[in-house]
Amino acid sequence: MADLTTDFVGITSPNPFWLASAPPTDKEYNVRRAFEAGWGGVVWKTLGEAGPPIVNVNGPRYGVVYGADRRVLGLNNIELITDRPLETNLEEIARVKADYPDRAMIVSIMVPCEEESWKNILARVKETGADGIELNFGCPHGMSERGMGSAVGQVPEYIEMVTRWCKTYYDKPVIVKLTPNITDIRYPARAAHNGGADAVSLINTVSSITSVNLDTMSPEPSIDGKGSHGGYCGPAVKPIAMNMVAEIARDPETRGLPISGIGGVTTWRDAAEFMSLGAGNVQVCTAAMTYGFRIVEEMKRGLSQWMDEKGYARTSDFIGRAVPNVTDWQYLNLNYVTKARIDQDACIKCGRCYAACEDTSHQAIAMKPGRVFEVIDAECVACNLCVDVCPVENCITMEELAPGTVDPRTGKTVVADYANWTTHPNNPMARAAE
Amino acid sequence: MTSPFTPGIAAGRLSAEEVARNFADLHGPYDAHEAAVAADRCYFCHDAPCITACPTEIDIPLFIRQISTGQPEAAARTIFEQNILGGMCARVCPTEQLCEEACVREAAEGKPVEIGRLQRHATDSLMARQGHPFDRAPETGKRVAVVGAGPAGLACAHRLAMHGHSVTLYEAREKPGGLNEYGIAAYKTVGGYAEREVAWLLGIGGITLETGTALGRELSLESLRAEFDAVFLGVGLGGVNALMAEGADKDGVEDAVAFIADLRQSVDLTTLPVGRNVVVIGGGMTAVDAAVQSKLLGAESVTIAYRRSREKMGASRYEQDLAASKGVRILANVMPVAVHGTGAAAEIELEYTAETENGLTGTGERLRLPADQVFRAIGQTLTPVDGLEMDGRKLRVSGTGRTSVPGVWAGGDCTPGEDLTVVAVAEGRDAAEDIHAQLMG
Repeated sequence: MADLTTDFVGITSPNPFWLASAPPTDKEYNVRRAFEAGWGGVVWKTLGEAGPPIVNVNGPRYGVVYGADRRVLGLNNIELITDRPLETNLEEIARVKADYPDRAMIVSIMVPCEEESWKNILARVKETGADGIELNFGCPHGMSERGMGSAVGQVPEYIEMVTRWCKTYYDKPVIVKLTPNITDIRYPARAAHNGGADAVSLINTVSSITSVNLDTMSPEPSIDGKGSHGGYCGPAVKPIAMNMVAEIARDPETRGLPISGIGGVTTWRDAAEFMSLGAGNVQVCTAAMTYGFRIVEEMKRGLSQWMDEKGYARTSDFIGRAVPNVTDWQYLNLNYVTKARIDQDACIKCGRCYAACEDTSHQAIAMKPGRVFEVIDAECVACNLCVDVCPVENCITMEELAPGTVDPRTGKTVVADYANWTTHPNNPMARAAE
Repeated sequence: MTSPFTPGIAAGRLSAEEVARNFADLHGPYDAHEAAVAADRCYFCHDAPCITACPTEIDIPLFIRQISTGQPEAAARTIFEQNILGGMCARVCPTEQLCEEACVREAAEGKPVEIGRLQRHATDSLMARQGHPFDRAPETGKRVAVVGAGPAGLACAHRLAMHGHSVTLYEAREKPGGLNEYGIAAYKTVGGYAEREVAWLLGIGGITLETGTALGRELSLESLRAEFDAVFLGVGLGGVNALMAEGADKDGVEDAVAFIADLRQSVDLTTLPVGRNVVVIGGGMTAVDAAVQSKLLGAESVTIAYRRSREKMGASRYEQDLAASKGVRILANVMPVAVHGTGAAAEIELEYTAETENGLTGTGERLRLPADQVFRAIGQTLTPVDGLEMDGRKLRVSGTGRTSVPGVWAGGDCTPGEDLTVVAVAEGRDAAEDIHAQLMG
């Protein structure tokens, strides 16, 4: 039986599934329920400065994007950081941590970009006995207009500065949460790294408008006929998040920097994918908000089952395993030639492959009498669109042409040697092979 | 008190509540979410097999996609453009032999997209929330007589009116609708749907309905040809094949179509008499509709007796299973020999059959079933129309419904082809287009 115990920047948790800083982690009541349900750790909902509490809207806070059967594919929110008094949160954090010493308790923080503000709150957080802090440099709405959240996360210099203050005034791990609302995620990651961060976590939510009410012409969620951009999360953002995780994992300047993966983790498989791309653990929010805390059970059992099948004894055995296979386009093997193959026994004759190829691609599928669909090798560039749109799994597959065979499209013999764009004769920048 | 065990033919075998439950909608309507989930199963196939399988060639993937994007009324328009009786067809089409049989998900998983129910969702949405969806073209001054207000005649009249022609729609019976009104099982078209649909269809304008007016009675083809620019005949099949068996003239031996018509027109089904032991002779949809409804009215035992094998029955496997699920026994490979009883039917004598090189023959082995009521459902016949050539037992027509007489078109059950509502609609519509082309050409 695989051991799911995970060590992340020296913080041990019984499994790699943490709840992200968000509504599910705003109160002692919720967090106790989460721990009872089996979550490995939580990042407490972001604390702000002492003083008058944060004010939220009193209308709807969430918008949604649905898939089939009202399956939640994406949520966005316009909720702010915790709107409860700082003292209340600190007391609760201390109590819960004391009762659940084996779980990770991270405190998310967002205060103004002044050293004194950070120094003050860090002293208070230290007293709770929490295992570490996460700097919320990501929130794209409400707080950013006040010079916090993603307003900091979009300026690498600020990230580095605040991170350094935190490392100065706090002696436990400092995790910097990054915003995806930036052109190149490597710059804020490098800044966090330079500031001494123990880890980065990403992604925070993506600036978004989920839908427009076409009767009232208001974006949703609508507050008295008006809407504001919110932070988008859930399964829909997972591909964006995984790319950003991988970019940081393979960047020479940040290689080895621990990453907590966030963005649409809904199942064990999502977690395994993030972790294979270099995330040391994952944080979950939308899935819990959709299905409740019990979903962690599927994640734990699923990850354990898969690890057993693959022979991974502990999570560190597979963390980062896919990173070496993430490369730049120019290094992809141009001598790797595949063709689509349609399994006629599996084909249900819907013709979507044909429509997709004929209308939008390379006219490489023939429709024959009796609705028989066949690939025309002389036209097939192996784009994979037919595979992607086929409703039957494994009906259409991409099969590699063996070296020595002739590609009917190019008339060239497939060679076994690896060759990429950097050495390709059509590349004006190509360096001579010799 | 009357019960299923009351001898002879009697009304009120079941309570009003039981009858109401028995004759409720066979497949209830979808709610909006059910429709969205069902619609999402459609793959939007290229050159979709379901369209090819539909006699009216409705663009099924398009209308289903319109449902899934939240526009059932727009979906209905897509349906009605091809089939103005799309609402009725959604209820009565043997979809398991047409669009849903062709659905690729039927091949893939034995569970097709529920096209019929989705079509009903769309058409019901439009009919409930909007008036008539089409506008009439400017008046052409041309006048067309349509004889028979069944599916073929209605489809033809509507299309002609839409093109701006003035249509006089003659119907022999008191009400329009044809078999939609007088045939078809009641549980497939509840709530007076047939009547509402015709009223809605006539909303196009330009159609004058004359009921109680029949060809060969008040009308002659000659006078119609003289009075109108074109004539369309959608007269259906007026006659019923006779039962060739000894004692077939006894009381209790009736036409299934007449029983179904009485049932459809009954305002209180507990007053409609039905036998304790009912035997239906035949194997088509009429046989199933008569048998199932006899059972639902409270007959103790109902048997369908069909002379060939079950595979050859005109009723689909789905309909056979429906009948079986309601408690109807299906006896295949038997033919009626005699009806016994003093005055009224009491028993039917059947002989087993074998299909040999010389056709269907009796094996000599016989059986008797108690039978207070025997329904003939062995096919209907066309009453020939003077001056029109026949094609076997039906009117000879071209692909677009032209008969052997210039200026006279025909469609529906009186012409060759499958006797289905949806086929009749297609024929009426196509004949209308041909008439329009000829009148305006």
